[in-house]
Amino acid sequence: MKAVAAPDAGLRSIPALLARNAATLGNRPAYREKEFGIWQCWTWSQAQEEIRALAMGFLALGLNRGDHVAIIGRNRPAHYWSMVAAQMCGAVPVPLYQDAVASEMAYVLGHSGARFVVCGDQEQVDKVIEAEGEAHTVEQIIYTDKRGMRKYDHSRMNWLRDVQAEGRVAHQRFEAELDARIAELDYDSTCVMLYTSGTTGKPKGVVLSSRNVIETARNSSEFDKLKPTEEVLAYLPMAWVGDFIFSVGQAYWTGFCVNCPEGAHTMMTDLREIGPTYFFAPPRVFEGQLTNVMIRMEDAGRVKKWLFDHYMRLARRVGTALTDGRPVGAVDRLRYGLGNLLVFGPLKNTLGYSRIRVGYTAGEAIGPEIFDFYRSLGINLKQLYGQTEATVFITQQPDGQVRADTVGVASPGVELKIAENGEVFYRSPGTFVEYYKNPESTASTKDREGWVATGDAGFFEPGSGHLRIIDRAKDVGRMADGSLFAPKYVENKLKFYPNILEAVVLGNGRDYCTAFINIDLTAVGNWAERNNIAYASYQELAGHPQVYETIRRHVEEVNASVAQDPMLSGCQIHRFLILHKELDADDGEMTRTRKVKRGVIAEKYADLIAALYDGRTSVYTETEVTYEDGRKGRLKATLRIEDVRTTPTSAQRMAAE
Amino acid sequence: MSPTSPTILSELAPPPAAPAPGTDGYITADGRKIGGVLMDLRHITLRFGGVTAIKDISFDIREGEIRAIIGPNGAGKSSMMNVMSGFYVPQEGEVWFRGAKRPPMRPYQVARQGLARTFQNIALFDGMSVLDNIMTGRLTMMKSSLLEQALWWGRAEAEETRHREQVEKIIDFLEIQNIRKTPVGRLPYGLKKRVELARALAAEPKLLMLDEPMAGMNVEEKEDMSRFILDVNDEFGTTIALIEHDMGVVMDLSDRVVVMDYGRKIGDGTPDEVRNNQEVIDAYLGVAHD
Repeated sequence: MKAVAAPDAGLRSIPALLARNAATLGNRPAYREKEFGIWQCWTWSQAQEEIRALAMGFLALGLNRGDHVAIIGRNRPAHYWSMVAAQMCGAVPVPLYQDAVASEMAYVLGHSGARFVVCGDQEQVDKVIEAEGEAHTVEQIIYTDKRGMRKYDHSRMNWLRDVQAEGRVAHQRFEAELDARIAELDYDSTCVMLYTSGTTGKPKGVVLSSRNVIETARNSSEFDKLKPTEEVLAYLPMAWVGDFIFSVGQAYWTGFCVNCPEGAHTMMTDLREIGPTYFFAPPRVFEGQLTNVMIRMEDAGRVKKWLFDHYMRLARRVGTALTDGRPVGAVDRLRYGLGNLLVFGPLKNTLGYSRIRVGYTAGEAIGPEIFDFYRSLGINLKQLYGQTEATVFITQQPDGQVRADTVGVASPGVELKIAENGEVFYRSPGTFVEYYKNPESTASTKDREGWVATGDAGFFEPGSGHLRIIDRAKDVGRMADGSLFAPKYVENKLKFYPNILEAVVLGNGRDYCTAFINIDLTAVGNWAERNNIAYASYQELAGHPQVYETIRRHVEEVNASVAQDPMLSGCQIHRFLILHKELDADDGEMTRTRKVKRGVIAEKYADLIAALYDGRTSVYTETEVTYEDGRKGRLKATLRIEDVRTTPTSAQRMAAE
Repeated sequence: MSPTSPTILSELAPPPAAPAPGTDGYITADGRKIGGVLMDLRHITLRFGGVTAIKDISFDIREGEIRAIIGPNGAGKSSMMNVMSGFYVPQEGEVWFRGAKRPPMRPYQVARQGLARTFQNIALFDGMSVLDNIMTGRLTMMKSSLLEQALWWGRAEAEETRHREQVEKIIDFLEIQNIRKTPVGRLPYGLKKRVELARALAAEPKLLMLDEPMAGMNVEEKEDMSRFILDVNDEFGTTIALIEHDMGVVMDLSDRVVVMDYGRKIGDGTPDEVRNNQEVIDAYLGVAHD
């Protein structure tokens, strides 16, 4: 492999990196997509041809410098190509969340002023047409999947392949213009604009320059020694900064291959078929997989179950040490080797993790049990901490220094400081340029020296120097008696139980803490099936007495664990209820990246919160729900409220004695 | 079983490609082109012993059309579909398909003529994977011999690749990629129905007959299935005849509707015409006896 040239050698934009990859890695795979049951492959030189054809097609349709091109669809090579093709034309790609409803889309389309929209399929086209009622900026719609599109008015609508074909035919007319526009791109030109989902208020458009993206991609690729032979699976939303950095930034910098699954439902099968070497997933993916494994093992035969339990005990004892390269006795090494043959190897293969060299999780805290489960199997899973405004990377864990409760050390090139109130600040080459059309927010987030407030409270651990995040700075509060209230800390402990999908802990300024719980339908449903418990709906299962009993036990265990920490022992849960519906982004209760919106929940479920604090044992409620197609309905339920035993803290116990 | 045993024809006359003369098409309100008559049923009467299941019914199905057959329980809808598919041979009347009178024939011969169907009670191979089930839909088009297939020799490989390509397109079309390798027996009801549709589509039929494609489905599954039926009609230009109970679905989907009651045809026309037909209203809603 040729040595990668320094960025000052003209590699100051994604199109420039593409040209380099096509020249030096021309025959290596750049993109794969499973279609019609077979993995289709494009090499770097083929990808370059496709992207240039698309860019010239864009020019033929009249794409101007500085225009915004919205891209809405699942992870497909054509959508990544659209982003790079837009950059080639001097335009700015704006990927949007494909599950956003039309009204959300209207805001973003209007705010960015997108003239061109690339839609994955008919569903997205319909939403854009609906959104056009509010946002009048859209002039051209380009769609990837032809299905069902025949009857639409095509006066300003094109199939993506037709756009490419037009570009190919017109190449003599546009080649010079395209090359000129590519040559204009430099480190300060806008690389991409990403809308942050934001737990409060309207989404903000984060403008990232080529410098942000390329410097970050270079630093992080070098940190983990990524090579052109890596394989990644692109399955996370394209609108999310992480996917842009992994599947575009790092992929173009390093020249590795981006694999796109056949569809959202086939992701797990595709993961196994590809066997990525570099993998990123939010904790919920790892949680989901672990839940599945545990459910399957519950149903397994006795011999298999015994083998699994036996070797998982061994793995818990020595597995993590082996992954980190710490010393382990010869006998245990031998036994682990046998376990690898019998259990760990096949299990990793089933999960699609056989070849992982570097794995990351971020976005939310991951349960120590879950984290250790994967690490004890020999998977080098690490944590990183980042945000859109930092082009992802703020801190990450170096190999061999991995722990569940910290987020690691500052990423290369990143400076960190902690304010007096505990809030973490950073400054890095990846620090965003601005919020689009929002100088006030830009000024309040990024100060004149380039320091950005993360909004998270944390501290450096004495000794190791690793950063530990406690909670969102604005969520950390005080109980009525003055003790610390950190809801996320407790929620994360609750969510580590497979039966609990989501939890919201309340108690800021109150006498005691309470919680809303969402059960995990997969785990609890399976339990119900095995115990012959019939249920007709989520709501009925959620209200089942035995489910309540199980959740109560989980909450009590969490209380016992919270009591261990003298700083946070005030956060023990005294009362809880199981919600009659899953918290959903369509209802505005969560962000698209599944972060709880506390403000919305406090307002929407005010009646339930009141009941949690006035001693009632049941409460009747009506809730508005939004269906996937945007229609609304009402859900009625009577919910039971359960009291929970709390554990006295060590200090209280001593006082009692 | 069938009231008269079908006579086997040694040779099938190739059906003429053009529709019968004198049958002009029309354009629907949403701009779809409807061609000439694809299947014409003339004065069909079907008896089982003393019971007359179908009494002198005539109607036609045009190319590119979605044609519904509705009626209360026991009206003779499924019998009608069995006559159309050649499974029953009526005592009286003629079935004209693609411009030629159809002689009595074996089911596989009918299938080769370009007819495929789904069943009211799913008829799939439970132990086989979704993919294999759909592949069986292409059986009539396979040329290689049993021996060649067993030994994976000669034409067999190229043939299977070609057929698999078609099957994959259908899998993609019906969005069942994630269950490609799942045994059919493990699937929920709604998905089985979709697999059955996939198998029928795999035969690339000229006329697709669906016997209660939405029976026993919930609202969401019905919406999905309706969309697939419309998409099949739109994308492949397949003519569709369907039996359905859900009036909402029928009225939304179909271009023309035949209404049957006690083996007689009591209505025929566009959904609006049928909806306002007094006899149909009486048959469906019942007549007040006072």
